[in-house]
Amino acid sequence: MIHSLFLVNSSGDIFLEKHWKSVVSRSVCDYFFEAQERASEPENVPPVIPTPHHYLISVLRHRIYFVAVIQSEVPPLFVIEFLHRVVDTFQDYFGVCTEAAIKDNVVVVYELLEEMLDNGFPLATESNILKELIKPPTILRTVVNTITGSTNVGEQLPTGQLSVVPWRRTGVKYTNNEAYFDVVEEIDAIIDKSGSTITAEIQGVIDACVKLSGMPDLTLSFMNPRLLDDVSFHPCVRFKRWEAERILSFIPPDGNFRLLSYHVSSQNLVAIPVYVKHNITFREGSSQGRFELTLGPKQTMGKAVESVLVSSQLPRGVLNVNLNPSQGTYTFDPVTKLLSWDVGKINPQKLPSLKGSMSLQAGASKPDENPTINIQFKIQQMAISGLKVNRLDMYGEKYKPFKGIKYMTKAGKFQVRT
Amino acid sequence: GNLSIILNYFFAGEIFELKAELNSDKKEKKKEAVKKVIASMTVGKDVSALFPDVVNCMQTDNLELKKLVYLYLMNYAKSQPDMAIMAVNTFVKDCEDPNPLIRALAVRTMGCIRVDKITEYLCEPLRKCLKDEDPYVRKTAAVCVAKLHDINAQLVEDQGFLDTLKDLISDSNPMVVANAVAALSEIAESHPNSNLLDLNPQTINKLLTALNECTEWGQIFILDCLANYTPRDDRESQSICERVTPRLSHANSAVVLSAVKVLMKFMEMLPKDLDYYGTLLKKLAPPLVTLLSAEPELQYVALRNINLIVQKRPEILKHEMKVFFVKYNDPIYVKLEKLDIMIRLASQANIAQVLAELKEYATEVDVDFVRKAVRAIGRCAIKVEQSAERCVSTLLDLIQTKVNYVVQEAIVVIKDIFRKYPNKYESVIATLCENLDSLDEPEARAAMIWIVGEYAERIDNADELLESFLEGFHDESTQVQLQLLTAIVKLFLKKPTETQELVQQVLSLATQDSDNPDLRDRGYIYWRLLSTDPVAAKEVVLAEKPLISEETDLIEPTLLDELICHIGSLASVYHKPPSAFVEGSRGVQHKRLPPRSGSPEGAHSGGAAIPEAVPAVIPSQGDLLGDLLNLDLGPPTTGVAPAPTSAMQMGAMDLLGGGLDSLVGGAALNCNCQTLGWYFLPHLQVWLLAMKAKGLEIAGTFSRRGGVIHMELSLTNKAMSVMTDFAIQFNRNSFGLAPAGPLQVLTPLSPNQTTEVSLPLSTVGPVMKMEPLNNLQVAVKNNIDVFYFSCLYPISILFVEDGKMERQVFLATWKDIPNENEAQFHIKDCHLNSDAASSKLQSSNIFTIAKRTVDNQDMLYQSIKLTNGIWVLAELRLQAGNSNYTVSGVLERERYRF
Repeated sequence: MIHSLFLVNSSGDIFLEKHWKSVVSRSVCDYFFEAQERASEPENVPPVIPTPHHYLISVLRHRIYFVAVIQSEVPPLFVIEFLHRVVDTFQDYFGVCTEAAIKDNVVVVYELLEEMLDNGFPLATESNILKELIKPPTILRTVVNTITGSTNVGEQLPTGQLSVVPWRRTGVKYTNNEAYFDVVEEIDAIIDKSGSTITAEIQGVIDACVKLSGMPDLTLSFMNPRLLDDVSFHPCVRFKRWEAERILSFIPPDGNFRLLSYHVSSQNLVAIPVYVKHNITFREGSSQGRFELTLGPKQTMGKAVESVLVSSQLPRGVLNVNLNPSQGTYTFDPVTKLLSWDVGKINPQKLPSLKGSMSLQAGASKPDENPTINIQFKIQQMAISGLKVNRLDMYGEKYKPFKGIKYMTKAGKFQVRT
Repeated sequence: GNLSIILNYFFAGEIFELKAELNSDKKEKKKEAVKKVIASMTVGKDVSALFPDVVNCMQTDNLELKKLVYLYLMNYAKSQPDMAIMAVNTFVKDCEDPNPLIRALAVRTMGCIRVDKITEYLCEPLRKCLKDEDPYVRKTAAVCVAKLHDINAQLVEDQGFLDTLKDLISDSNPMVVANAVAALSEIAESHPNSNLLDLNPQTINKLLTALNECTEWGQIFILDCLANYTPRDDRESQSICERVTPRLSHANSAVVLSAVKVLMKFMEMLPKDLDYYGTLLKKLAPPLVTLLSAEPELQYVALRNINLIVQKRPEILKHEMKVFFVKYNDPIYVKLEKLDIMIRLASQANIAQVLAELKEYATEVDVDFVRKAVRAIGRCAIKVEQSAERCVSTLLDLIQTKVNYVVQEAIVVIKDIFRKYPNKYESVIATLCENLDSLDEPEARAAMIWIVGEYAERIDNADELLESFLEGFHDESTQVQLQLLTAIVKLFLKKPTETQELVQQVLSLATQDSDNPDLRDRGYIYWRLLSTDPVAAKEVVLAEKPLISEETDLIEPTLLDELICHIGSLASVYHKPPSAFVEGSRGVQHKRLPPRSGSPEGAHSGGAAIPEAVPAVIPSQGDLLGDLLNLDLGPPTTGVAPAPTSAMQMGAMDLLGGGLDSLVGGAALNCNCQTLGWYFLPHLQVWLLAMKAKGLEIAGTFSRRGGVIHMELSLTNKAMSVMTDFAIQFNRNSFGLAPAGPLQVLTPLSPNQTTEVSLPLSTVGPVMKMEPLNNLQVAVKNNIDVFYFSCLYPISILFVEDGKMERQVFLATWKDIPNENEAQFHIKDCHLNSDAASSKLQSSNIFTIAKRTVDNQDMLYQSIKLTNGIWVLAELRLQAGNSNYTVSGVLERERYRF
């Protein structure tokens, strides 16, 4: 199982190590550093690296490499999923997952890591349970602890740990009982030069924030459950009921959790909410190039497209650009050649555009690469797949909860080729 | 120097202060001090000097303080074993604490202290905790057994903890079950042959129940354990699959992939016409696709596994091509994997789309990726014949871009396309030649030179082009030099009049001015060929080349099946069996896919069923006749038996060249053999070298006596220690050969001792077509390790005694068999009359049905029956007074199907 964990920052320093079995020398990370040097970009370091006696499995999150060391045959996804859980837990506990935050809370970090794995086997990885075992540091709690002499560590066996609903503690009590659900969809698409869709798919999630007293039993039904043919559930969801009736039936964890994630594949017709008109040209023998870009809304069911951000990696030969945005601001980094244009909201009456010229190195030949345009955007109050919640019911408790549901569509990897 | 002294000085002060705080009377101060100690420890400062002071804080009712002290203890116990003993009493006491959290914590921590003295004290508390009333304690104790085993395996066995652990598999609490499975799996890894996880329908049922209720991690352990089980029949297999499929919708990708492994393995047993089989196939695609929308690291592992799944069952993802399209900001390791899968999924139906994508990738920024994309276009051309033309034109478009590295890659792949489809796309040569000057990479230069040489007769200025390369001959890489040498020789053979000078120049460059032995040798060979026999030179150099195969990068089927059993593991990422790379996995058992049930022999034993998925082994007649003629009609003239692999490629004539020649001379030995009742026995061949098998040398051969096939083995112990516990196993093979009994070795086999064993074989084992047909892969185990080797058996051992066909049937059958099943061979220099030949062949169960004499020519009609019921009919024609034989053989293949 997982032998050790090293945290490595972007300058290649190990700033934390934890061993769950015997101690593995940090020199094992040399193999990782070699791979890191070979990689052109930080994210190109291969996730599985063999060394003579160990395997290094790593993830890069928040510019920190979480490098796990294993010695025997262990499923790599198991390790990667666990590392994700570590990242999520740190973020949950410290608000951010940065080197500084980890160093500031180093003792809590060790307490957490000790609690999350035993002999390399996962022990407690659910945020609910961890929080019962080790209280997250807050300024208030630090003060209270110092005054009262109380402790950060729970004295009781976490109640959920062994019950049939391990994700929920008993005796939850709220004065305001509320359950909020966010349907968030990300659209991934590749659009070709001519504007037609090569592939488009939707990654959706339903994130919940449930603060209900007792042991509520919820059911959530959809207007169009047939859209959900490829789903991954939180362990609380009763799978049989879903298979039979297409209803989500579950006893929710307390607090924030991801109820389900789903995938609407490229085989379905996916609506594309924005279009791009572009004309990026270089002429042979000229040291100038033309750049024109116009954005417009497409299938948005009348909702506004907001927080639009366009970015593009221009060819290496481009020295600088001189562009004129009809709205928003743009920046161009002459070193990385990254052009980004913060557009804001698209006004369908007056389409945003960015036009001007690019200057090339004198005498250089016409660039070979065609830049790809990356677009980010948000659309509120709409799930682009058309998914709609029908109703939410609660059983098992007497009070009347406050219920809310919100929809949002975002761009995931939305790329337009030129 | 100074600075570190000063720092040390400050640090010494810090230690002193901490020591005082640790011994403070105030609880809060104590705890803060321990925290500071831990914080120092974590940044690598040596705070071991505080050991006694920290351990003194251990006896506390404050749980946080206790945990912190435990953290410290685990870190330093190894370096301060004597001090660590001081903690033992508290541990033992804590294991009796009324609070289960403290009991569990104590047993958990104790197991982490890798100090022998402490370990001794651990046994009693551990035994109690394994039977604790609280499941939280039991589940912690289960993991502790694995820890203890890692420190002292013998102790765990002696104390009977393994049995207790096995009992926990039937625990009422799912988490306890999951942890017991995890612990046992880890222990089993270092004990490959122990039957720790004895899976039977009852335990499987327990596991499936626990699967529904335990945590995501527990589900992974249980699924991985389930994957090792072989269901009794297809019904059990289906019922397990049904209970595992809901895991495909789990949010944890490792759970999903482990479930995919179980399903991929067990569906192997389901009859393909079963509705459920189709349902299952459909259910597998969406979760795999979903994995690709996760983080890149997850995607990478998923893609490596999908690569295997696509090779095993292409139908699962054949409609999902688009999800493998590359996004420009995917990390390079994801891009390359996606590209590889795109090519594997490429078919006539989607090739247009794929090519459009590949062309797009060829204009990306990342040079490595661009190169791979261009190569991919070439692979598509070779894989999907109908697309070749499109691919070539796409490559030409790319060459027009004049981007240097694109052009070079394109030329390299076009060479391969020429080799796959000769005389089809030569019209593009002119375009290629235009780019000659821009080629600066050896591989591209070599490819271009190959093209010029190969098509020299159609390139007017081929001599000029090649001459231009010759100028800098010594600066070229070996690859280019060799290619240039060959190309100029080809050119000379095609246009001898104009190129004499050129060829002389290159031959002298290669033979006289070069230090490279390969180059010199090749130069000399050409030189001699050209000077002694130009006709032969032409035959050799301009011989028709074999077409390159469609997919050279496919994983070999046995390995693929093994890897399917390891989906989700490191093995699946590296595409190597675990035995090849996991340290300490000596004697890892090779996993196999279970055989499909419902086949005729499936009933009596799990292993003997013939999987339907395997194409029925009906050897192509060329293969078989080649093998048939490989009968050693006389004793081999040399001690070395002919190597059938190469012989098969060269055709039967070569095989018989030596054999029949010495036919008469070998009569004496042949007699001996017959009196012994031995059917046929070539010399022993060394199959396994001692240096490759930790001192075990195996030589062997095959025989057929009394109607039974035998593997004659000679085992020699060349190691320094005694060998025991021999066992043998065969991989599936073309004719279902399998050991009919255990390997009876008189053990122990002492050093330098040799023992001869005769192993009777049956032909009812699992069948899989091998390449070459008579290849047999064998695993031999002893107390040291498991060793693998493969050997070739003479087809003649498969000729059964009742292979004499009725005359009438023979006639009818001969007529019925279509002409394309016929093959003909000539045997030269065989001085044996028809009767002698006939009796000789009969001793090998080749029966003469009839004899005719026409025009001084004897014709023998013969029949052979193979163990799998296939008949081979042959006509042997002997010209009296002429030593040449003609054999026409027909292979009956319609009547018997597997």
